[in-house]
Amino acid sequence: MAADTTSITASALPDPAQEAGGAWGFTRAQLGALGVLIVFLAVAPFMLYPVFLMKLLCFALFACAFNLLIGYVGLLSFGHAAYFGMGGYLAGHAAKVWGLTPELAIIVGAVTAGLLGTIAGWIAIRRQGIYFAMITLALAQMVYFFCVQAPFTGGEDGIQAIPRGSLFGVIPLDQDMTMYWLVAGIFLGAFLLIHRIIHSPYGQVLKSIRENEPRATSLGYRTDDYKLLAFILSATIAGTAGATKSIVFGIATLTDVHWSMSGEVVLMTLVGGLGTVFGPVIGAAVIVTMQNYLAEMGAWVTVIQGVIFVTCVLAFRRGLVGEIAAMLKVKL
Amino acid sequence: MDEIFGIPAPLLFGQLLLGLINGAFYAMLSLGLAVIFGLLNIVNMAHGAQFMMGAFAAWMLLAWGGIGYWWALLLSPLIVGTIGVILEKLFISKLYKLDHLYGLLLTFGLALIIEGVFRNEFGSSGLPYRIPAELSGAWDFGFMFMPVYRGWVVVAALVLCLTTWLLIEKTRLGAYLRAATENAALVQAFGVNVPRMVTLTYGAGVALAAIGGVLAAPIYSVNPQMGSNLIIVVFAVVVIGGMGSILGSILTGFTLGIVEGLTKVFWPEASATVIFVIMAIVLLARPAGLFGRK
Repeated sequence: MAADTTSITASALPDPAQEAGGAWGFTRAQLGALGVLIVFLAVAPFMLYPVFLMKLLCFALFACAFNLLIGYVGLLSFGHAAYFGMGGYLAGHAAKVWGLTPELAIIVGAVTAGLLGTIAGWIAIRRQGIYFAMITLALAQMVYFFCVQAPFTGGEDGIQAIPRGSLFGVIPLDQDMTMYWLVAGIFLGAFLLIHRIIHSPYGQVLKSIRENEPRATSLGYRTDDYKLLAFILSATIAGTAGATKSIVFGIATLTDVHWSMSGEVVLMTLVGGLGTVFGPVIGAAVIVTMQNYLAEMGAWVTVIQGVIFVTCVLAFRRGLVGEIAAMLKVKL
Repeated sequence: MDEIFGIPAPLLFGQLLLGLINGAFYAMLSLGLAVIFGLLNIVNMAHGAQFMMGAFAAWMLLAWGGIGYWWALLLSPLIVGTIGVILEKLFISKLYKLDHLYGLLLTFGLALIIEGVFRNEFGSSGLPYRIPAELSGAWDFGFMFMPVYRGWVVVAALVLCLTTWLLIEKTRLGAYLRAATENAALVQAFGVNVPRMVTLTYGAGVALAAIGGVLAAPIYSVNPQMGSNLIIVVFAVVVIGGMGSILGSILTGFTLGIVEGLTKVFWPEASATVIFVIMAIVLLARPAGLFGRK
């Protein structure tokens, strides 16, 4: 059976000849898409509700972090909510109880998520494939139970009334527009960082592990080290997203560490396109928008998400961006 | 015999019994997962939802059809197993040539759909299911009270698990199954209808989850989330045991249930996480799991 299985992202892989051209590791098509994205970030807050946009960007960043693992190392983490939620809790705690400025609080959240990712990754990379998914899910559930019991998380109430504070202690973030520019900056910075990681020599080794791990090992790469570092980077960026979200909304709750959040980020990435640079952003936009409009439908949202999951897996494995890229014969 | 390690005996035995019952469910569910994984190579993320459907089927049979517990024990797995067969035919069978992770994602989607539908229909609060008259009451052992129904669950789960093991290890059908797990193409070449066997195996695994649901209905309240929290623990159990061995997954399930029960006595705060901690330790010491191959 092993011989005729296709890699989870192989369908999203365009022709390698496309790799060349463009600047900074971007292909020409990607540069165009990046331009569109930057223009959108600059114009959107004047046309759409900034708080909604901030939520969207936090989830987009979360999905990009998740995609770094599934899309470029071939590891499906089913427990990314742990890093997202823990980043949120720690940033909230740092801002509210320790009185740190927002940028420091976000760093605290990100570093905590990174440390957690170091431990979880160290345990989980011992197995591949579906076992990896089950292990990350189980470890994330452990983090969830920890958050239910730990005193600083506030249990069912969560951490509420987290102050936005002032950036560097100078620029107050109470205005949604000011906050938006910070969130957009964090998002764009992390997005470019992920892109840089993927296109570095390190990233090329990651991709070789995804394609054929035994061969990468036989070429002398210590694949476990590469996978662990990728896991830590992914967890840290997911933590950054969660931390930013709790600063924006002033609340950190159990919802963000629950396994259903882990499922949501998988869904966002799947809808957008696994292993595409822009897919997770589009996927997050689709899912967050959908949740926004269907919020009053209660449990039907879960049903619709399930239907999207099934549809994507059966008929639409390349995702929105993957399909567009395939249609235009470019890499996005 | 009043106190053991400074713990009152009734409390200790009570928690041991609870642990044994949880262990019975872990064993039944991880057994189903292992059987499905062995042949289909997918992790059935919908297993928890199917367990929940089993409990709801029993509840519906009683509330809407006046059909009691014993018939439900037979009908509910048949109904839910048939639904499983349909799901396999319609969706899962399309994915065998792809990466196994797609099977996981698909069944996760199915689980979301099933749970969402039940939540809409029945809300999140639990529905009561009465213990059948024949099994109500309790035995007095002197050092503890043992509700008859709980004893029945442990015995029924043991019988079910051992029957499944015998079926797979000692019968001709089981031999086909094991052969197909090793090399499906070769078994098909010998004239065995492997695709049908795969479908029926999935149905059987699902039916096993549904029986678990019926057994659980009188103990836990019947609610749409009853499966999803359980199944994550079962995944950890499966990782600890390794999916290579049927007997191994039964043993691991019961043992971990008891360990969890004991933790509840000696360190209650850790009882929710102890299985995950054991999983981490086992992975560090023996990555393939206690009974796993490779």
